[in-house]
Amino acid sequence: MASFKPTKIQVYPKLGEKVTQDTLYWKNYKAPVQIKEFGAVTHIDFSPVAPHNFAVTAFTRVHIYGPFSQEPVKTFTRFKDTAYSGRFRSDGQLLVAGCEDSVVRLFDVGGKVALRMFRGHTKAVHVTDFTSDRYQILTGSDDYTCRLWDIPNSTELNTYQEHTDYIRCGVTSKLNRDLFITGSYDHTLKLFDARVDRSVMTMDHGQPVESLLLYPSEGLLVSAGGRYVKVWDLLKGGQPLVSLKNHHKTVTSLCLSTNGQRLLSASLDRHVKVYNTTNYKVVHNFDYAASILSLALAPDDESIVVGMTNSILSIKHRKSPEESKEISGQQRRRPSYRVFVKGKNYVPKQDDYLVSKPVKQHLAKYDKQLKKFNVSKALDTALEVKMLTLATWTRHRKPEITVAVIKELDRRGTLNNALAGRDEQGLSQLLNFLIGNLVDPRFAPVLVTAAEMILDIYHSVIGQSPVVDRQLLRLQELLEREIDYQQDLLEVLGMLDTMFASALPRKEVPCSGASRSNGLAQGEASTSRAQLQAT
Amino acid sequence: MVEHGDIRVVHRGGSKINFRKPVITNDSRFLLCASGESVKVFSTSTEECIHDLRGHTDLVTGVLIKPSNHLQAFSCSADGTVRLWDFTDGILIKVRLLPSIVVCPVLSVSVSSQSLFQLVAVHLPQSGDQLVEARELSAVLTGISSNPAATVFGRGGEYIASANGLQLEVYFFKKQKAYRFSLKEDNKKGGKNTFTCVACHPNDDCIATGHEDGKIRLWRNFNHKKEYTYSTLHWHHSAVSSLSFTPEGTNLLSGGIESVLVQWRYNQENQRDFLPRLGAAITHIAVSPDGALYCTSHSDNKITIIQSCVKVSAVIQGLVKGESVGTDLMIDPRSKSLVLNGKPGHLQFYSLQRDKLLYNLDIVQQEYIHESGLQQFEVVKAAFDASGNWLATVEERKQKGAELELNLKLWAFDEQTQSFVLNTTISAPHEAQITGMCFSHATDSQTTMLVSTSKDGHFKAWQLAAQSQTDGKQPSVCPCPSWSCDFVGAYHGLVPECCSFSADGSLLAVSFQEVVTVWSPASWELLTTLSQPPKAIRNLCFGRLSCSKYLLGTTDSNLLCCWNLLTCSLEWSTSMDVSLLLADPLSENMAAFCCQAGCTDLFVFKPSEPRPLFSQKAVCSGMVTRAVFAPREEMLESCEESSQWLNRSQLYFLTQYMDLMTFTTKTEEERLMASSKQLVIDDSVAMTPFYLLLGKHRQQQQGGDDPQSGVSAERTPLPQGSVAIKELLQTPAHVLPSTSFLCSMFVQSLLISVTDSSKHAEEEMESEKEEEDSEEEIESSRTRPEQQAAVGGGEAAESAAPAMTKAQVRELRRVKKLDHSWLAGLLDS
Repeated sequence: MASFKPTKIQVYPKLGEKVTQDTLYWKNYKAPVQIKEFGAVTHIDFSPVAPHNFAVTAFTRVHIYGPFSQEPVKTFTRFKDTAYSGRFRSDGQLLVAGCEDSVVRLFDVGGKVALRMFRGHTKAVHVTDFTSDRYQILTGSDDYTCRLWDIPNSTELNTYQEHTDYIRCGVTSKLNRDLFITGSYDHTLKLFDARVDRSVMTMDHGQPVESLLLYPSEGLLVSAGGRYVKVWDLLKGGQPLVSLKNHHKTVTSLCLSTNGQRLLSASLDRHVKVYNTTNYKVVHNFDYAASILSLALAPDDESIVVGMTNSILSIKHRKSPEESKEISGQQRRRPSYRVFVKGKNYVPKQDDYLVSKPVKQHLAKYDKQLKKFNVSKALDTALEVKMLTLATWTRHRKPEITVAVIKELDRRGTLNNALAGRDEQGLSQLLNFLIGNLVDPRFAPVLVTAAEMILDIYHSVIGQSPVVDRQLLRLQELLEREIDYQQDLLEVLGMLDTMFASALPRKEVPCSGASRSNGLAQGEASTSRAQLQAT
Repeated sequence: MVEHGDIRVVHRGGSKINFRKPVITNDSRFLLCASGESVKVFSTSTEECIHDLRGHTDLVTGVLIKPSNHLQAFSCSADGTVRLWDFTDGILIKVRLLPSIVVCPVLSVSVSSQSLFQLVAVHLPQSGDQLVEARELSAVLTGISSNPAATVFGRGGEYIASANGLQLEVYFFKKQKAYRFSLKEDNKKGGKNTFTCVACHPNDDCIATGHEDGKIRLWRNFNHKKEYTYSTLHWHHSAVSSLSFTPEGTNLLSGGIESVLVQWRYNQENQRDFLPRLGAAITHIAVSPDGALYCTSHSDNKITIIQSCVKVSAVIQGLVKGESVGTDLMIDPRSKSLVLNGKPGHLQFYSLQRDKLLYNLDIVQQEYIHESGLQQFEVVKAAFDASGNWLATVEERKQKGAELELNLKLWAFDEQTQSFVLNTTISAPHEAQITGMCFSHATDSQTTMLVSTSKDGHFKAWQLAAQSQTDGKQPSVCPCPSWSCDFVGAYHGLVPECCSFSADGSLLAVSFQEVVTVWSPASWELLTTLSQPPKAIRNLCFGRLSCSKYLLGTTDSNLLCCWNLLTCSLEWSTSMDVSLLLADPLSENMAAFCCQAGCTDLFVFKPSEPRPLFSQKAVCSGMVTRAVFAPREEMLESCEESSQWLNRSQLYFLTQYMDLMTFTTKTEEERLMASSKQLVIDDSVAMTPFYLLLGKHRQQQQGGDDPQSGVSAERTPLPQGSVAIKELLQTPAHVLPSTSFLCSMFVQSLLISVTDSSKHAEEEMESEKEEEDSEEEIESSRTRPEQQAAVGGGEAAESAAPAMTKAQVRELRRVKKLDHSWLAGLLDS
């Protein structure tokens, strides 16, 4: 007596999604820690010294979080209005922040009250940064000016009034204390040299510039504005290298991975994209719940911190190596499991005689019904099959299983019986499934037969139920659209064929004289296109 | 030894064992079943074939245990004889001739004349002759069904029930009266009332009949014409093919195409036990006389032995024969077994040397639904690569009005489990049916390549994906390499028919109707085209070894062509209607089966020589479409020119009627006969410690005995011997001779006599010869006095303790003699 062979679920190749080294690397983060802030998180900055605390600027406060704490270790609240751009100095001792009230405040990380207050701007200051010599501060403001301040004297050193719109981003060079770049809503990026009192280089981004990033080598500059991310070669006088358009809303923040191999961009479209910096292709993608305003990566990519418009701060920590290896390890520690495996891990000795226990076959619900030849019930259970995915604890439909069961019923010649005799609810469930999956090329051959059968069975009751009628109309619409698509595709295929045919060189058949004299028929070879087929 | 190059066509293995109902012996240890022209005796515990009772010259049509002696069995055959066998020793006892064809053995036998079947009673004449002609025939019933399951004896042979069509006929022997009951042909619900089988209750007046529509009717009160009654049981959804009552009559067993054995409780018919998924449709059900075992024969040439607690205990599987072999006959390069379609959706691996099914490989891996008229997945193509590491299979299912479902599966050989494991499944590899498939034969090349041709006008090359994806960086992503398409080729939109790789794998020939295209698999360049109009190419074959420059093809227009690939020209062609062309993988030889006037001729030739090596007219009737060269385990050393081609490999072929045939030479047959004699397994006595002691004892005595001088008690056939031993062991100790006496005898018997050995061998030779000559005579004449002697011995031992029996006296005398010879041996040395 052979055991029941369960229904074979066809494994379909996953199209598009390939598991690469990058996906493995970027997926290796724990579930995010989410912290509610008082307002939209506009800026996040990591301290350059260990333990790499990070400053989060949100609404009228700047919070400093430790690497693993979920509560702020320090809070700066002495802002009269919305704070902007809280940034650490390179020694991690001082922190500067702009404010809506145009005053720039400098804090000691240990203290509470501002050490210095720089007054001079007339409008909100969105950009603040320390120069690389650590004694000066760069600020950029909505009054179209950017200024340099001296920290010890608390005096303004210089004012640059070249931009014609709000200045919303800026970076200072880490290698040269005199160089800094600002980006403005007037679509331009300007490189300033503190030794002369005007800009030395201007680049046109074409969109209001939202974020700037300098490569560690400082030969390349990345700017984000509108939907574009652009890379400029500073050593070639600001020549544009690449323009990337991978987001469908404004890109708000840029960030570089620690090894400099990957570039991250965050956007209002709720995605963070990871680019390879050698070919600028997107290698990975993160999804978030709301529009992203700020993004930062901890040193060594230990964590990804993202601030969103809904005032949520999301922190993802990297899994430690042992954690990523053993997910089931936690379960093994549970006592119930230990009871379960009791005696099973006993290794038989040399002379022991192993009495094997008959293995009980576990069957899925629909297989149990199929085994009993309950075809209608089997189809019902298959339609309800959903899978619990561990990552999100949400229920996902698995159309493969339902389609496999329908195929199996068709093979048994009982699909008609299984489809017939349904009430309005059962039929609408079936039609719902068809509407969802009929045009999927993987399932179409099976589902088309099923759809035909359903129409044959139920054509006499059409018009009795508004729900079913509506669904049938939707199905019809869907099919019409699909037919149009197919027609278009065929046209395109025809065009491509024509082009290939004209592009391929005509090849003569190599045929020796002997064979020709032998009267053997010859023809030109159609060395047909060698197409690679994905299996 | 004189070599005879006589080549004969013989049946080889795989005969049907499910043709007739098998019979279980009274002690449930053996199972007898008709198998082709012989009766096979299987052990129910080990599934081994113990004896092959040969003697009939035509199909055996029935086997039955002799009711008066349960160690003997009758068999009847279409050659018109009934034979009586001693199945424990495999000895033919008697032959009876019947004037016409015998169909079924139900104590009396039914005889057919032309198409009309008649049940006749045969009086078996009591006579000492071995060959008896039975003349007394009396017709009992006429116009019975040809199916023996439709005729059965009831309640100790009081009446006989026979069903045919829509009519049940019961004949009472005492009253000499027949009653007929007929059913209406019921078409209201599509039900069909035609009778299919009949069974009678052993102690109750009840007849169970099975019907075409799956119903079982239990008839009672059938000794009245009018007042008969019947009740109906219904579980089967299609025809009931077999019914059987258990010996006590407590249960009724039924089976049909659903391949579920149903056990109904008699009188409590709503209680049923099921044994589902027995593998194939049940054709016969038999129950052992003690009720301990059931056995079911199945349509896939299988006998399942089931314990009465409805648990399968053993399966005897023969070569599975379907209606057609979709896959060609193939040889598995590893096990050297024959591979062909087996059970639906399976490939069977059949060992030709041992005539045994090795295993079935489940290709389709789907639950088989036993229902007639259902379109199932069928394995249509299969191919092995040269080393046996890869197996490619194609399964297809064509449903009316639906798309063709095709799957190409590639199986890798797993060293650990010693079987094939699924590696890659390619669904819909082509848009239409696959017409041909072959692996690249080159054994040394790194990559294995598979080429498949299809009716969609393309041929595709499949290759094992390069390991580059798994270069250490991410070993967990893709642990084993899988197959993918490498090249798609076409030629003028013509349909490719067959493909063939050259022996070194450097050339691929694909035939597109009448054009043969030759490609280079390395660069996928079309090298040349060869053509011989006007008809399509049927077979394509590269020469091997020294003839590898030749490409041979056969066309539909009765032409066999041989092209020389070096000159790209036609070397020779001849007009022959070749149905199959084969190349021997181990030599240059090619075999061509030609169909001529309803008969098939065989030609074996070398492409380089104009004269065929061997030809035989009328190998078999009908067309041969499947054949294979199987490599031999050891080379034959025949120097005869005409049989040299059989030295390295053997040619097997399937006839139109799915019989597996082969060519043998005389020397080979002799060798086979010799080996089969050695291989007889003595399974009749259980291997207890006593057997080990006493059995050895007996063997030595057998050797020491002079066959001409008197008969010793031990030299009896096995059953009698075992009786004597039993008697010896069961007799109370106080009536036996003193232990010291027995012990000394026993110890003596254990001593090895040196001088005996040479004499021993001679005697054995002699006795063997004699046995061959007059085996039956000796047996029939000897058994009785021996039995008497044994019984007498037992009685004597029981009656008077000190008095020695005759046998013991003889024993003593013999021991003396033995002793003497042993002494003499000592002196000599």
